Amino acid sequence: MAKTLFEKIWDSHAVETLEDGTTLLYIDRHLVHEVTSPQAFEGLRLAGRQVRRPNLTFATMDHNVPTHDRGTIADPISKAQIEALEANCKACGITLYGLNSDRQGIVHVIGPELGLTLPGMTIVCGDSHTSTHGAFGTLAFGIGTSEVEHVLATQTLRQSRPGTFRVEFTGRLQRGVTSKDMILKLIGQIGTAGGTGYVIEYAGEAVRALSMEERMTICNMSIEGGARAGMMAPDDTTFQYVANRPFAPKGADFDAAVARWRLLPSDPDAVFDRTLRIAADQIVPQVTWGTSPGMVIDVTGRVPGPADLPDFNRNDVESALAYMGLTPGTPMTDIKLDTVFLGSCTNARIEDLRRAAAVIKGRKIACHVRMMVVPGSEQVRLQAEREGLDHVFKAAGAEWRFAGCSMCLAMNPDQLRPQERCASTSNRNFEGRQGKGGRTHLVSPEMAAAAAVAGHFVDFRTFQ
Amino acid sequence: MDIFTTHRGLMVTLDRANIDTDQIIPKQYLKSIRRTGFEEGLFSDWRRLPDGRQDPAFALNQERFRGASILVARNNFGCGSSREHAVWAISQFGFRVVIAPWVIRGGSRVPGFADIFANNAVKNGLLTVQLGEAEVQTIFEMVERFPGLQATVDLAEQRVILHMDEEESFHFEIEDAVKSHLLKGLDDIAITLEQDAAITAYERNHGMD
Ligand code: SF4
Repeated sequence: MAKTLFEKIWDSHAVETLEDGTTLLYIDRHLVHEVTSPQAFEGLRLAGRQVRRPNLTFATMDHNVPTHDRGTIADPISKAQIEALEANCKACGITLYGLNSDRQGIVHVIGPELGLTLPGMTIVCGDSHTSTHGAFGTLAFGIGTSEVEHVLATQTLRQSRPGTFRVEFTGRLQRGVTSKDMILKLIGQIGTAGGTGYVIEYAGEAVRALSMEERMTICNMSIEGGARAGMMAPDDTTFQYVANRPFAPKGADFDAAVARWRLLPSDPDAVFDRTLRIAADQIVPQVTWGTSPGMVIDVTGRVPGPADLPDFNRNDVESALAYMGLTPGTPMTDIKLDTVFLGSCTNARIEDLRRAAAVIKGRKIACHVRMMVVPGSEQVRLQAEREGLDHVFKAAGAEWRFAGCSMCLAMNPDQLRPQERCASTSNRNFEGRQGKGGRTHLVSPEMAAAAAVAGHFVDFRTFQ
Repeated sequence: MDIFTTHRGLMVTLDRANIDTDQIIPKQYLKSIRRTGFEEGLFSDWRRLPDGRQDPAFALNQERFRGASILVARNNFGCGSSREHAVWAISQFGFRVVIAPWVIRGGSRVPGFADIFANNAVKNGLLTVQLGEAEVQTIFEMVERFPGLQATVDLAEQRVILHMDEEESFHFEIEDAVKSHLLKGLDDIAITLEQDAAITAYERNHGMD
């Protein structure tokens, strides 16, 4: 029978179908970070249980780490959380890429970097953006802390089978339009719950043409469209990216793996529960205007009002506009910025930094704008410094940081002040996400860099 | 884990869709390594005014909703991050049930709760009930009309009963696995460990020893 990519991975990882109709799914890789794991380790200890497969679990610290001065963590509660992860990994024999490691970074950046993320795998992490790894043709999704404990103890998860949803991007992107714009466009179209209950497979010419890093940006934000997982068929782009990574198979093993991976893509006559087509060549740069990623519009548009948005509750639109301090009818390009954040698991890989640096090179950031560049991992930071990108950013007036989640969720000291307006390459524009009262607009790295220079949003396609 | 069979309690309404886990429990509360004490952080940005005082306009601060144990909101409740702290905060504040509507958007049915939130809720004995949009609208109106309105949520019967002079009741759908899990208050890990032989066999077949 014809199968989708998702079905092939699901079926090959089913340990058992249980009486209640759920499936016991084997987990190939379990990634762990400091915020959602302490209670899971504690639960194991209280129940006197062991970690079943410590060698399939890998940990790093990213959410709560300082990106400015690595030496000191001023907040004792943050410090305790970081120390708890160190102690738990040590006690259980789990590999940890800690603050002193040059492999430390945002968990969804380092997984692919290390070659821990390989086609055909099941990958979970106590973090909703685990969907990122789906770009490699893996089934990867976020879980809660109870499920983290379950995976630690059993290396499996009990799951109900989700539906399948194929999104095809036809045609090619225009110059200056990115994969970030593709995913924002999709979320604007289906809404933030449009993918709930589904695993999305992204396909089509525009997806095939993307690099691995660009693909990860799309899969990363599947959860913003409600889908726990997003995936893409592995192809030569994938295999080239994976080759020679530390944990990837080597030599003849690699060739054998590639031969297996080539069987993963959905069969041509496989049936999806739902399908959607989007013309990629019609997409223009996107900017969010509200407090949910589905509140998004073309940069060429104007701030909408309740009357323009029949799919939203009037209440929600009005409170979003009030929170964001925006008036309907204002051209998006008239919106002035205070801060630009280039970072996060969505857009802080080396290509993102290169593209933003190319925009900024030889220019100055507008005098009223503060720009912060936070590489997704220490490897990205070191590579960027080898290429001199740090100088480009610093010469333009931006801050250059160590790796971490930073202002994506503002759990560490990197925060917006109330009413500060920020163009951000991250994935969530929720109220208070980047600091209490802070106003977030989600954009691509190119759009963020251009906005930093201009001091307001600009259509990157015409920015010179 | 707590067993859920039936629960009667006071309802409180929050008239917003897409209530995300960043609102339910803001990040400053995620630094804790304990599993308790999260009620402090529940909706903390919405509960307080910029000057730190309680916001009297926010439902959970109002006397009429004190002691509420059934939370009613609009669609896509619990979207955003996977933090189970959101469920802990809601439970530890005293809620046993959250009700939200599924809605039709762009021709397809969109669930009332985000996936990961709903999953986390089950693990903690918190019942998420999906009703139709019109039914939830009725609840919003009745809560305004009848101060102190209570409801009974009967899991076995899959019913929500509003205790007014003329009782109104709504049927809800729920996955069998979720229902039996809550009714029995099962420990997932213990059950899975009973499958140890199957897991070991799987590992052996895949060259892991
Ligand atoms: S960068 Fe942001 S979205 Fe990504 S894992 Fe960190 S906090 Fe979560």
